[in-house]
Amino acid sequence: MGFLDRHPRSLAIVPAYNEEGNVRYVVEAIHAQAPDFDVLVIDDGSTDETATCAREAGAQVLVHPFNLGIGGAMQSGYRFACEEGYHEAVQVDADGQHDPAEIPKLRAGMREHEVDMAWGSRFLEQTDYKAPFTRRLGIWLFSVVLSAISRQRVTDPTSGFRLCNRRAIELFARDYPHDYPEVEGILMLHAHRLRAREVPVQMHPRRDGRSSITSGESIYYMVKVLLAIFVGLFRRRPVVDPGFEAPVAAERGI
Amino acid sequence: MQAKLQILAIVASSGLVLIVFELLRRRRLIERYALLWLGSSLLLLGLSIWTGLLEVISKAIGIVYPPNALFMIAFAFVLVLLMHFSLAISRLSGETKVLAQKVARLDKDMRDLSAAEDGEPLPGVSAEVEETVSN
Repeated sequence: MGFLDRHPRSLAIVPAYNEEGNVRYVVEAIHAQAPDFDVLVIDDGSTDETATCAREAGAQVLVHPFNLGIGGAMQSGYRFACEEGYHEAVQVDADGQHDPAEIPKLRAGMREHEVDMAWGSRFLEQTDYKAPFTRRLGIWLFSVVLSAISRQRVTDPTSGFRLCNRRAIELFARDYPHDYPEVEGILMLHAHRLRAREVPVQMHPRRDGRSSITSGESIYYMVKVLLAIFVGLFRRRPVVDPGFEAPVAAERGI
Repeated sequence: MQAKLQILAIVASSGLVLIVFELLRRRRLIERYALLWLGSSLLLLGLSIWTGLLEVISKAIGIVYPPNALFMIAFAFVLVLLMHFSLAISRLSGETKVLAQKVARLDKDMRDLSAAEDGEPLPGVSAEVEETVSN
C-alpha cells in the first residue's frame, strides 16, 4: 500500500537527549498549537526519564540503545516518517527553543514559495537572540559559505526548526549527515535540486538546563563541517539515489 | 636536505593527502576519522616543502640531521593515530555490547509474546510467581 492511499498526515520529530525537564512541555505544546501533527520523540540514548515523560505526554517514542548524536536521531525520525507514509515532517528541538505556534508560518512559506523544505530563521527579522561568540562565529561562517554555494541568502544555517515535504523526507531517510546536520542538509537538498527557503520565526531561549556543546567542541565541529562541505563540492552526487550503492556497503577495492 | 630526499618526502606526503581526500570523496572514510589523517599529512607535506622550518625544529630539539626530525614527527603522528583508533575501537565495542544486550531482550520479549498468543505459560516463570504478579 502506498502512502498516497491514506489521507495526508504530518509528523513532528522531536530529537531528545536527556531532556526530561522539557520534553513533556514540548510534546504538549505541539499537541496544543499544531493539532494535525503526530508527535514522534527520538530518545537518543538518554540516561534520564525522557522516554517515559514523552510517552506520558502522548507521543510515539523511538529509543536508541545508545547515543547516536543529532544526525542519527533525526535520520531515525525521517526513516519513520518515510516508512509510515507521512507527507510532511517538522523537526522541533526538545529544549523548548522552537515554538510550535510558528509551524503554520513554515507551512505557509513552503506552500507560497513551492519549496521542498522551509526552515525557521532567527535573523531574517530583528529578534532578541543571544549566543556565545563561537556559536555566532560558526553561524556567520556557514551563512557565508552556504549563501555562496546555494546562490540564495542564508541567514540561519544551523536552525533545526525545519519543515520537509515527502521528497525531502525520502532523501533524508536514505542519507543524513552526522555533525551540524542542518548545515550539510541544506547542501544535500541543493545538490539534489530540491528547493529550500528560510522563513522568519521567533525562537525562545532554552527552557531548562544547558546546551551540551562547549566552545572548543564547536570549533572542532566547524572544521569538520567545513571539510565535509569542501569535499562535497567534488562529488558528482553527494548522496545516493535510489538504485545506487547503499550508503553503508560491504568493502570493495581499497 | 638533499634534493632527492626532499622530492621523495613531497611525493609521499602529497600522495597521502590525495588518498585521504579521494576516500572521503567516495564516502569510504567519514570526516571524524579523516581529520587527523588530513592534518598530519598536510603538516608533513608543509615540512617537506618548507625545509627551513624543519631545520629550525631539528636544531631546537638537538637533531643533527633534519630529515630525521621529519621521521620523528611522522612517527609521533602514527602514535597519535593509533591511540585515536584504540579509543574508537573501545567506543565501538561498547556500542556493540549494548546492541547485543538489546537484541537479546527483544528476542525474549518476542518469544514470550508468541507463547502468550498460543496460551502457553511463560517458560521459566513458576505459576506461583505468576499468580502473585497478577494479583
